[in-house]
Amino acid sequence: MNNIILDVKDLVSGYDPFFLKEINFSVKKGEFIGVIGPNGSGKTTLLRAITKVLKPKEGELIYGGENIWQMKSQNLAKKVAVVAQNPGISFMTVEDFVLLGRIPHYKKFQFMETKRDLDIAKRCMVLTDTFRIRDQYVGEISGGERQLALIARALCQEPELLLLDEPTTHLDIAHQLGILDLIKKLNKDLGLTVITVLHDLNLASEYCHKLLLMHEGRVYKMGSPEEVLNYKVIEGVYKTVVVVDKSPVSSKPYIFIVTEEERQRRAKTKKNIDS
Amino acid sequence: MNKRLIRWAIWVLIFGGILLIISIFSLGIGASRIPFHRIFPLILEGKGTTEYSILFDIRLPRIILGFAIGGALSLAGVILQGMFRNPLVEPYTLGISGGAALGVSINIVLGINLIGGILSIPVSGFLGALLVILIVYSLSTRKAVLKIHGLLLTGVMISFISSSLIMLFMALSHTEDLHGIIFWTMGSLEEPNWLLIKVAVLVSIFGIVVSYFFCFRLNALSLGEEEAQHLGINTERTKRQLFFLASILTGCSVAVAGIIGFVGLVVPHFVRMFVGQDHRILLISAFLSGAGFLILCDTLARTIISPLELPVGVITGILGGSLFIYALTKKKVVL
Repeated sequence: MNNIILDVKDLVSGYDPFFLKEINFSVKKGEFIGVIGPNGSGKTTLLRAITKVLKPKEGELIYGGENIWQMKSQNLAKKVAVVAQNPGISFMTVEDFVLLGRIPHYKKFQFMETKRDLDIAKRCMVLTDTFRIRDQYVGEISGGERQLALIARALCQEPELLLLDEPTTHLDIAHQLGILDLIKKLNKDLGLTVITVLHDLNLASEYCHKLLLMHEGRVYKMGSPEEVLNYKVIEGVYKTVVVVDKSPVSSKPYIFIVTEEERQRRAKTKKNIDS
Repeated sequence: MNKRLIRWAIWVLIFGGILLIISIFSLGIGASRIPFHRIFPLILEGKGTTEYSILFDIRLPRIILGFAIGGALSLAGVILQGMFRNPLVEPYTLGISGGAALGVSINIVLGINLIGGILSIPVSGFLGALLVILIVYSLSTRKAVLKIHGLLLTGVMISFISSSLIMLFMALSHTEDLHGIIFWTMGSLEEPNWLLIKVAVLVSIFGIVVSYFFCFRLNALSLGEEEAQHLGINTERTKRQLFFLASILTGCSVAVAGIIGFVGLVVPHFVRMFVGQDHRILLISAFLSGAGFLILCDTLARTIISPLELPVGVITGILGGSLFIYALTKKKVVL
């Protein structure tokens, strides 16, 4: 049981009128967890509760045996890093931006980055393939590159747990896969524990060990992709007709959408056959 | 790594050098012209000559005060811009200067400075500034999002309200107080009281030193409050401390020199173009060039229609107001 790094107990949190309710789950070291659910189901709110942005109304969040609200923000930031969805972009170079991730590690009267800080930043940039654009301005690079720079900054914090909020939105499929492959690699090679909010159920199915399905502020279901992604659950939560099959490539669950037109056509055909 | 430190040191030398040149230039120029090559011999000759007293009793105090006020206002601008993540906020546009002026005029009208001593003036300026900063911030965060136009509009309105209240006090007050209050609302570096000049210098130096304890936190805050939180910054506490610092800087400046607008807008705007966003270099650069800028504006103000004198707030107002409109209409706001 000691390999549990994050334990969420009876959490109630949020702000009017939306609240997370009765959230209970735990995350083991090295897991890759996908948080899925419809818009407004509380995915981002959950991440914000874990990162101390939102104060819990009830319940507690235990990180590594310690209540996160009793930890110093700075110490938490050495262990948990966040890749936010709409981060503030300041007018600075990629390298300066990535180096901001070292802030939690600075000593009290430290004024300049040490060689170690610079080495870590370089390593993180190489890892995320942003080293080649280190002198460009963050506001001027493409969306995919910016996402990579954000991940590099988060890695610069040398975290144990990486939280990501929809890291693949607004990206084309090549960049989506690029980002998720990178995160998977970090998870496998560096043993980084990952919790990521994902919109795309098929990507979640492909990459995550475990899925956490949110619905109306509650955890609707948590388990392996096979357990969570079946048509009954999805139709219940998303109120949309889908067909779930296995991916011919990875044999993970794969969700096929059914358009309204198709649904009506099929209903009609079925009626014809019946009569 | 040390390349960066060297680059920064060069910038500090450049800004410091410009400040020095402006100061010497300002010392020599004025209603009675003293040639630059005379300045040094005059210092050696010592007291007694008229020229010596022009230099050291009239011009030097103004330069020293310009250094303190310009530095403090510019620094307050950088701090507020870092916190609000917008290049258009500064003590004047947020109404903080107006609040400080209101505090000072209440002090004068009620005669608190006669009982509490001259130092009660900067204190009341500080309290006025703090009050406004708290109002502006609580209004702006009530919907959890900082809507910048609403924020600036609120600031302008607060300026209006406080100047109306100041006028009310003026209408109610004795004629002997009137001169004092008008002087404060116009903004001028003419300050006969050495004690207040010393206080202003001390406060501005205190401000720049203290602000350096916040340089990384300001860097993190420039990404947004939530991101700063993710980087381990206690944002609530940091914001409170920075508000306090900005209020001290603005309140003291306004108490000593009156409302001098836009220094905190113009100077950081240009300094950023040269040194970038990193507050480790931005703070000191803005401080030095703010000092130089205000001394230059003051030199202009007292020579442009010599022997008459303009309030320095007129010059900074024209320059700063134009730049403000330009920056507002420009599509891409840097920061």
